[in-house]
Amino acid sequence: MPDTGAYLDHAASTPLCAEASDAMVPMHRELYANPTGAHRMARDTRRRIDDARDVMAEALGAAPGEIVFTSGGTEGDNLAVAGRHLAAGGVAVCSAVEHHAVLAPVEHLGGRVVAVHASGVIDMDALAAALDDEVTVVSVMLANNETGMVQPLEQVAEAARSRAPRAVLHTDAVQAFAWLDVASQAACADLVSVSAHKFGGPKGTGALAVREGVALSPLLLGGGQERGLRSGTHNAAGIVGMAAAAEVVLKSRAKQVVRLAELRDRLADGLLGAVEGAVETGERSGKVAGSAHLCFEGVESEALLFLLEDAGVYASAASSCASGAQDPSHVLAAMGYDRGLAGGSLRLSLGYQTEAADIDRALAVIPGAVARLRAYGTG
Amino acid sequence: MRVLAAMSGGVDSSVAAALLAEQGHDVVGVTLKLWGGESDTGCCSVSDVEDARRVADRLGLQHHVFNFGDAFDERVVGPYVDHHAVGLTPNPCIECNRHIKFDKLMVRAEALGFDAVATGHHARLAAAESGFRVRRGVDAAKDQSYVLYMLDQQQMARLMLPIGHLTKDQVRRRAAALGLRNSAKPDSQDVCFIANRAGGRKGFLSRRLGESPATVVDADGAELGSVEAVQAVTIGQRRGLNLGGADEPRYVTKVDIDAGRITVGRREDLYTSTQDVINICWAGMLPLFAVS
Repeated sequence: MPDTGAYLDHAASTPLCAEASDAMVPMHRELYANPTGAHRMARDTRRRIDDARDVMAEALGAAPGEIVFTSGGTEGDNLAVAGRHLAAGGVAVCSAVEHHAVLAPVEHLGGRVVAVHASGVIDMDALAAALDDEVTVVSVMLANNETGMVQPLEQVAEAARSRAPRAVLHTDAVQAFAWLDVASQAACADLVSVSAHKFGGPKGTGALAVREGVALSPLLLGGGQERGLRSGTHNAAGIVGMAAAAEVVLKSRAKQVVRLAELRDRLADGLLGAVEGAVETGERSGKVAGSAHLCFEGVESEALLFLLEDAGVYASAASSCASGAQDPSHVLAAMGYDRGLAGGSLRLSLGYQTEAADIDRALAVIPGAVARLRAYGTG
Repeated sequence: MRVLAAMSGGVDSSVAAALLAEQGHDVVGVTLKLWGGESDTGCCSVSDVEDARRVADRLGLQHHVFNFGDAFDERVVGPYVDHHAVGLTPNPCIECNRHIKFDKLMVRAEALGFDAVATGHHARLAAAESGFRVRRGVDAAKDQSYVLYMLDQQQMARLMLPIGHLTKDQVRRRAAALGLRNSAKPDSQDVCFIANRAGGRKGFLSRRLGESPATVVDADGAELGSVEAVQAVTIGQRRGLNLGGADEPRYVTKVDIDAGRITVGRREDLYTSTQDVINICWAGMLPLFAVS
């Protein structure tokens, strides 16, 4: 078998699971009729989408009628923030460590960005100060895409309830779904977005749960699909694939979390022990199980990732920009990391396919790569 | 050899990478992301990175993007602005070569296990008994040897200039024969981090330095007109001086920022028999005579 390397970049994307792949094929080959059509073939497609809706409703702790299928996390986040603004006006509030899919629309709409503590957890005093009668949407992610840190959503919901009576709470659960029981942990949220390719489903598919009674305006107008909230012919194969992947998650999540947290701990502890001056970003107990995030002083992430790739270890640093270059992390900046240390960040994210051998390989490769770069006084 | 080929997305560096691969070197392409601001020329835009990536794909090479934006801002853009602020005429391409391509990139290349860095400059390297020398490219009209003056012997030993023996026409024909998408792409000119649509150099400098007006005088001190921003005026400049249609073109011969005075003269007035020099680079042996 060819050496496929150690893929430790599941927070960027995951492989399509077999169940999703199997479920998708007939949607392309046989069940291709437009689900909004009037004939039997259309109804056959429609039934699969409705089945998928039931699964996603269970997965997100919502009613089937509260699920809106989207093209992924970015669309769900935009629909939540901008769609809420369109419907209710007012001010949008989010944390400084949100994904750009939330941060950019909030900033575009002139909203308020709330500071986080050095731990990466939202500063509740700053949040309280940002909340008032003007605020119509508060968006705080469940788990961070870079560090894996989990936010205290219940407290955020409580603050919003008491200080911003017009506000609804949105949570970007894109990075959380593979690791946390989103149905219960995001039960306090009115809007919950997920993206299929982060949990074994296909790219270009996601869902936004919209609690009954939340006023939201669509961003895409047209044929009125998804109760008018998201026009456009359904991505039937993607939706069915997402639901199949979600079923796998619901069945195996608890076990995988235990197994992968152990591997993650071995990885993070191994690196902290083997690399002098390595800093773990954020408290580990506050992170999702698949996330290991470290900073190495005196190293530039780009150069480190290059050496890791040469040795068959695939990881990432901060978010990549459109050109493929590594941009400085706004998450680490918000946590107060100086640019030097933040510039040496490494995100190793595990997934359901990760095995002990992947961890062994990373542990065998990373300390030497860091030492080499430090010896050259660069990255 | 394992060679890191700097690929801007332009035709010269693309052919340079292609030639090295043809010669059997183990080539990896890299495009530098240097500038996050507004720009419409040069080597920084997403579309240039895409050109470089697609050329690398076509040639079967791995391609990476390195973000040297912080260093570029500090070592190239900052000094560019500072020099204009005191009336000097900076050449940012040379500072980029000095600090980015032949320092930061070369050091990183070595750290990443590369034996050499290649660029698409129209210049050649010659090995002599006394060491390496930079020679002109064979295309006199495109020669870029002067932007490589700062190379020291160690850097020259680790540099490859694969297209210096080709004319620009030959490079373009080579690119076309290889089926490269950028074979007819226009040559890059001007300063890569300044966008024409945002007021060009004057707009760029005014945003960073503000604008102080200056009077324009001739060699005898007679006032001829005025400009809005003395910071954006540089020696040798002819356009944008608001002098109207004179009989003979007039050039800036002196910029006095403190006094807010620009002196203009004829073309001949730009000639000089003495010149102060800074940043001297002894590329070969040290001089045998004393230099103060």
